[in-house]
Amino acid sequence: MSVSEFFHMGGYAFYVWSSYGLVAVLLIWTFFSPIFSKKSIIKELKMKYRQQERQQQESAPEA
Amino acid sequence: MIPWFVWGFVLTLLAGLYYGFFVAPPDYQQGESYRIMFVHVPAAWMSMFIYMVMATSGAIGLIWRIKTADLMASVSAPIGAVFTFLALVTGSLWGKPMWGTYWVWDARLTSELILLFLYLGFIALQASIEDPRNAARAGAVLAIVGVVNIPIIHYSVEWWSTLHQGATVTKLDKPSIHISMLIPLLLMAVSFKLYYVASALMRARGEILRREQNSRWVKEIVTGENTVGEVK
Repeated sequence: MSVSEFFHMGGYAFYVWSSYGLVAVLLIWTFFSPIFSKKSIIKELKMKYRQQERQQQESAPEA
Repeated sequence: MIPWFVWGFVLTLLAGLYYGFFVAPPDYQQGESYRIMFVHVPAAWMSMFIYMVMATSGAIGLIWRIKTADLMASVSAPIGAVFTFLALVTGSLWGKPMWGTYWVWDARLTSELILLFLYLGFIALQASIEDPRNAARAGAVLAIVGVVNIPIIHYSVEWWSTLHQGATVTKLDKPSIHISMLIPLLLMAVSFKLYYVASALMRARGEILRREQNSRWVKEIVTGENTVGEVK
Protein backbone atom coordinates (compact mmCIF):
# COMPACT_ATOMS: atom_id res chain seq x y z
CA MET A 1 0.00 0.00 0.00
CA SER A 2 1.45 3.35 -1.05
CA VAL A 3 1.29 6.52 1.04
CA SER A 4 -1.21 8.22 -1.25
CA GLU A 5 -3.34 5.10 -1.27
CA PHE A 6 -3.28 5.12 2.50
CA PHE A 7 -4.46 8.73 2.72
CA HIS A 8 -7.04 8.08 0.03
CA MET A 9 -8.75 5.51 2.32
CA GLY A 10 -10.44 3.78 -0.59
CA GLY A 11 -12.35 6.95 -1.46
CA TYR A 12 -13.54 7.59 2.09
CA ALA A 13 -10.71 9.97 2.97
CA PHE A 14 -12.98 12.87 3.91
CA TYR A 15 -15.10 10.83 6.32
CA VAL A 16 -12.27 8.87 7.91
CA TRP A 17 -9.83 11.76 8.36
CA SER A 18 -12.38 14.28 9.54
CA SER A 19 -13.55 11.74 12.15
CA TYR A 20 -10.04 11.13 13.41
CA GLY A 21 -9.14 14.82 13.17
CA LEU A 22 -12.13 15.89 15.20
CA VAL A 23 -11.45 13.25 17.85
CA ALA A 24 -7.83 14.43 18.08
CA VAL A 25 -8.71 18.11 18.33
CA LEU A 26 -11.44 17.68 20.93
CA LEU A 27 -9.50 15.25 23.10
CA ILE A 28 -6.47 17.53 23.14
CA TRP A 29 -8.58 20.57 23.89
CA THR A 30 -10.50 18.79 26.65
CA PHE A 31 -7.27 17.66 28.24
CA PHE A 32 -5.52 21.02 28.28
CA SER A 33 -8.42 23.40 28.89
CA PRO A 34 -8.41 22.83 32.70
CA ILE A 35 -4.91 24.35 32.81
CA PHE A 36 -6.34 27.69 31.72
CA SER A 37 -9.33 27.48 34.02
CA LYS A 38 -7.05 26.59 36.92
CA LYS A 39 -4.94 29.65 36.22
CA SER A 40 -8.00 31.88 36.17
CA ILE A 41 -9.27 30.33 39.41
CA ILE A 42 -5.94 31.05 41.10
CA LYS A 43 -6.03 34.62 39.81
CA GLU A 44 -9.59 35.09 41.04
CA LEU A 45 -8.79 33.67 44.46
CA LYS A 46 -5.70 35.83 44.79
CA MET A 47 -7.85 38.89 44.26
CA LYS A 48 -10.45 37.61 46.69
CA TYR A 49 -7.92 36.97 49.44
CA ARG A 50 -6.30 40.37 48.92
CA GLN A 51 -9.69 42.01 49.21
CA GLN A 52 -10.43 40.10 52.39
CA GLU A 53 -7.14 41.22 53.91
CA ARG A 54 -7.83 44.82 52.99
CA GLN A 55 -11.26 44.65 54.59
CA GLN A 56 -9.77 43.17 57.74
CA GLN A 57 -7.17 45.93 57.93
CA GLU A 58 -9.80 48.61 57.45
CA SER A 59 -12.08 47.25 60.12
CA ALA A 60 -9.30 46.55 62.61
CA PRO A 61 -8.64 50.12 63.90
CA GLU A 62 -12.32 50.74 64.56
CA ALA A 63 -12.62 47.68 66.77
CA MET B 1 -0.08 10.21 38.89
CA ILE B 2 -1.38 11.96 35.78
CA PRO B 3 1.76 11.26 33.66
CA TRP B 4 1.26 7.51 34.15
CA PHE B 5 -2.21 7.64 32.71
CA VAL B 6 -1.10 9.92 29.90
CA TRP B 7 1.71 7.54 28.93
CA GLY B 8 -0.63 4.58 29.12
CA PHE B 9 -3.08 6.47 26.96
CA VAL B 10 -0.47 7.40 24.33
CA LEU B 11 0.99 3.89 24.15
CA THR B 12 -2.37 2.13 23.80
CA LEU B 13 -3.47 4.82 21.35
CA LEU B 14 -0.44 4.31 19.12
CA ALA B 15 -0.85 0.54 19.28
CA GLY B 16 -4.57 0.87 18.54
CA LEU B 17 -3.94 3.18 15.57
CA TYR B 18 -1.24 0.88 14.23
CA TYR B 19 -3.45 -2.20 14.41
CA GLY B 20 -6.45 -0.22 13.22
CA PHE B 21 -4.84 1.23 10.13
CA PHE B 22 -2.05 -1.17 9.17
CA VAL B 23 -2.96 -4.61 10.45
CA ALA B 24 -6.75 -4.80 10.24
CA PRO B 25 -7.86 -5.52 6.66
CA PRO B 26 -10.49 -3.46 4.85
CA ASP B 27 -14.06 -4.58 5.51
CA TYR B 28 -15.57 -6.77 2.79
CA GLN B 29 -18.67 -4.58 2.60
CA GLN B 30 -17.63 -1.17 3.83
CA GLY B 31 -14.08 -0.98 2.50
CA GLU B 32 -11.87 1.46 4.37
CA SER B 33 -14.70 3.57 5.78
CA TYR B 34 -15.28 1.15 8.65
CA ARG B 35 -12.01 2.35 10.23
CA ILE B 36 -14.10 5.14 11.74
CA MET B 37 -15.35 2.38 14.04
CA PHE B 38 -12.09 2.40 16.01
CA VAL B 39 -12.91 5.84 17.37
CA HIS B 40 -16.69 5.77 17.07
CA VAL B 41 -17.40 2.66 19.13
CA PRO B 42 -14.95 3.40 21.99
CA ALA B 43 -16.28 6.97 22.15
CA ALA B 44 -19.83 5.64 22.39
CA TRP B 45 -18.81 3.15 25.09
CA MET B 46 -17.10 5.95 27.02
CA SER B 47 -20.18 8.16 26.71
CA MET B 48 -22.19 5.53 28.59
CA PHE B 49 -19.40 4.45 30.94
CA ILE B 50 -18.69 8.01 32.08
CA TYR B 51 -22.40 8.61 32.56
CA MET B 52 -22.59 5.59 34.86
CA VAL B 53 -19.53 6.83 36.79
CA MET B 54 -21.13 10.25 37.06
CA ALA B 55 -24.49 8.91 38.25
CA THR B 56 -22.91 6.43 40.67
CA SER B 57 -20.59 8.97 42.23
CA GLY B 58 -23.47 11.43 42.30
CA ALA B 59 -25.52 8.87 44.24
CA ILE B 60 -22.62 8.17 46.61
CA GLY B 61 -22.25 11.90 47.22
CA LEU B 62 -25.98 12.21 47.79
CA ILE B 63 -26.21 9.36 50.28
CA TRP B 64 -22.93 9.47 52.17
CA ARG B 65 -22.07 13.14 51.63
CA ILE B 66 -18.62 12.37 50.30
CA LYS B 67 -17.14 15.47 48.70
CA THR B 68 -14.75 13.52 46.49
CA ALA B 69 -17.69 11.69 44.93
CA ASP B 70 -19.39 15.00 44.11
CA LEU B 71 -16.15 16.25 42.65
CA MET B 72 -15.79 13.10 40.54
CA ALA B 73 -19.30 13.58 39.15
CA SER B 74 -18.78 17.19 38.14
CA VAL B 75 -15.36 16.73 36.54
CA SER B 76 -16.64 13.72 34.61
CA ALA B 77 -19.54 15.54 32.99
CA PRO B 78 -17.65 17.66 30.43
CA ILE B 79 -15.47 14.73 29.40
CA GLY B 80 -18.53 12.52 28.99
CA ALA B 81 -20.23 15.22 26.96
CA VAL B 82 -17.23 15.43 24.63
CA PHE B 83 -17.22 11.65 24.09
CA THR B 84 -20.97 11.68 23.44
CA PHE B 85 -20.55 14.47 20.93
CA LEU B 86 -17.69 12.59 19.25
CA ALA B 87 -19.72 9.38 19.10
CA LEU B 88 -22.55 11.29 17.41
CA VAL B 89 -20.37 13.18 14.93
CA THR B 90 -18.11 10.26 13.97
CA GLY B 91 -21.24 8.13 13.62
CA SER B 92 -22.71 10.77 11.39
CA LEU B 93 -19.53 10.88 9.28
CA TRP B 94 -19.72 7.11 8.99
CA GLY B 95 -23.43 7.15 8.27
CA LYS B 96 -23.15 9.49 5.31
CA PRO B 97 -21.14 7.15 3.05
CA MET B 98 -22.75 3.94 4.37
CA TRP B 99 -26.39 4.83 4.95
CA GLY B 100 -26.54 7.80 2.60
CA THR B 101 -27.46 10.25 5.35
CA TYR B 102 -25.71 12.14 8.14
CA TRP B 103 -28.63 11.83 10.47
CA VAL B 104 -31.76 9.78 10.91
CA TRP B 105 -34.23 9.86 13.83
CA ASP B 106 -33.48 6.28 14.68
CA ALA B 107 -33.78 4.89 18.22
CA ARG B 108 -30.03 4.48 18.78
CA LEU B 109 -29.13 7.91 17.44
CA THR B 110 -31.96 9.67 19.23
CA SER B 111 -31.23 8.06 22.59
CA GLU B 112 -27.54 8.96 22.25
CA LEU B 113 -28.56 12.54 21.48
CA ILE B 114 -30.69 12.54 24.64
CA LEU B 115 -27.57 11.40 26.51
CA LEU B 116 -25.75 14.48 25.21
CA PHE B 117 -28.60 16.68 26.45
CA LEU B 118 -28.46 14.96 29.85
CA TYR B 119 -24.77 15.81 30.12
CA LEU B 120 -25.35 19.39 29.02
CA GLY B 121 -28.31 19.69 31.40
CA PHE B 122 -26.15 18.40 34.25
CA ILE B 123 -23.38 20.91 33.45
CA ALA B 124 -25.82 23.81 33.10
CA LEU B 125 -27.64 22.89 36.32
CA GLN B 126 -24.43 22.71 38.32
CA ALA B 127 -23.19 25.97 36.83
CA SER B 128 -26.41 27.74 37.77
CA ILE B 129 -26.24 26.85 41.47
CA GLU B 130 -23.60 28.70 43.43
CA ASP B 131 -23.42 26.57 46.57
CA PRO B 132 -21.36 23.47 45.70
CA ARG B 133 -23.36 21.23 48.08
CA ASN B 134 -26.69 22.16 46.53
CA ALA B 135 -25.25 22.00 43.02
CA ALA B 136 -23.95 18.50 43.69
CA ARG B 137 -27.29 17.38 45.10
CA ALA B 138 -29.34 18.75 42.20
CA GLY B 139 -26.90 17.37 39.65
CA ALA B 140 -26.90 13.95 41.28
CA VAL B 141 -30.70 13.72 41.15
CA LEU B 142 -30.69 14.65 37.46
CA ALA B 143 -27.91 12.15 36.72
CA ILE B 144 -29.67 9.33 38.58
CA VAL B 145 -32.97 9.92 36.81
CA GLY B 146 -31.13 9.99 33.48
CA VAL B 147 -29.65 6.53 34.07
CA VAL B 148 -32.88 5.13 32.64
CA ASN B 149 -31.58 6.23 29.24
CA ILE B 150 -28.49 3.99 29.38
CA PRO B 151 -30.20 0.61 28.88
CA ILE B 152 -32.39 2.29 26.27
CA ILE B 153 -29.28 3.23 24.29
CA HIS B 154 -27.77 -0.22 24.67
CA TYR B 155 -30.87 -2.22 23.74
CA SER B 156 -32.30 0.30 21.26
CA VAL B 157 -30.92 -1.71 18.36
CA GLU B 158 -32.80 -4.79 19.56
CA TRP B 159 -36.03 -3.25 20.81
CA TRP B 160 -36.73 -1.18 17.73
CA SER B 161 -35.90 -1.87 14.16
CA THR B 162 -33.15 0.62 13.53
CA LEU B 163 -30.74 1.56 10.81
CA HIS B 164 -27.92 1.22 13.30
CA GLN B 165 -26.36 -2.20 13.34
CA GLY B 166 -26.58 -4.49 16.35
CA ALA B 167 -23.86 -5.15 18.94
CA THR B 168 -20.90 -7.14 17.72
CA VAL B 169 -18.81 -7.12 20.89
CA THR B 170 -20.86 -6.41 24.01
CA LYS B 171 -23.07 -9.44 24.07
CA LEU B 172 -23.06 -12.69 25.98
CA ASP B 173 -22.43 -14.71 22.85
CA LYS B 174 -19.04 -14.83 21.18
CA PRO B 175 -18.19 -11.49 19.53
CA SER B 176 -19.13 -11.58 15.85
CA ILE B 177 -16.25 -9.33 14.88
CA HIS B 178 -13.02 -10.71 13.52
CA ILE B 179 -10.07 -10.78 15.91
CA SER B 180 -7.97 -8.52 13.66
CA MET B 181 -10.60 -5.80 14.05
CA LEU B 182 -11.36 -6.60 17.69
CA ILE B 183 -7.76 -6.00 18.85
CA PRO B 184 -7.53 -2.35 17.70
CA LEU B 185 -11.06 -1.74 18.95
CA LEU B 186 -10.23 -2.95 22.45
CA LEU B 187 -6.88 -1.12 22.44
CA MET B 188 -8.67 2.11 21.59
CA ALA B 189 -11.26 1.43 24.29
CA VAL B 190 -8.53 0.99 26.92
CA SER B 191 -6.79 4.07 25.56
CA PHE B 192 -9.92 6.21 25.93
CA LYS B 193 -10.47 4.94 29.49
CA LEU B 194 -6.94 5.98 30.47
CA TYR B 195 -7.50 9.31 28.79
CA TYR B 196 -10.65 9.80 30.83
CA VAL B 197 -8.85 9.17 34.13
CA ALA B 198 -6.00 11.53 33.22
CA SER B 199 -8.37 14.20 31.98
CA ALA B 200 -10.63 13.92 35.05
CA LEU B 201 -7.64 14.31 37.36
CA MET B 202 -6.53 17.39 35.41
CA ARG B 203 -9.95 18.91 35.95
CA ALA B 204 -10.08 17.92 39.60
CA ARG B 205 -6.97 19.94 40.45
CA GLY B 206 -8.53 23.27 39.56
CA GLU B 207 -11.95 22.31 40.82
CA ILE B 208 -10.65 21.43 44.30
CA LEU B 209 -9.08 24.88 44.65
CA ARG B 210 -12.38 26.50 43.75
CA ARG B 211 -14.41 24.38 46.13
CA GLU B 212 -12.04 24.63 49.06
CA GLN B 213 -11.35 28.33 48.58
CA ASN B 214 -12.22 29.12 52.18
CA SER B 215 -9.78 26.61 53.60
CA ARG B 216 -6.38 27.64 54.83
CA TRP B 217 -4.32 25.31 52.64
CA VAL B 218 -5.81 26.69 49.42
CA LYS B 219 -5.12 30.22 50.60
CA GLU B 220 -1.53 29.29 51.38
CA ILE B 221 -1.04 27.73 47.96
CA VAL B 222 -2.65 30.59 46.08
CA THR B 223 -0.95 33.44 47.90
CA GLY B 224 2.32 31.53 48.08
CA GLU B 225 2.76 32.05 51.82
CA ASN B 226 4.18 29.21 53.82
CA THR B 227 4.07 26.84 50.91
CA VAL B 228 4.66 23.32 52.08
CA GLY B 229 3.48 21.29 49.14
CA GLU B 230 3.70 21.64 45.43
CA VAL B 231 2.37 24.90 44.03
CA LYS B 232 1.32 23.95 40.56
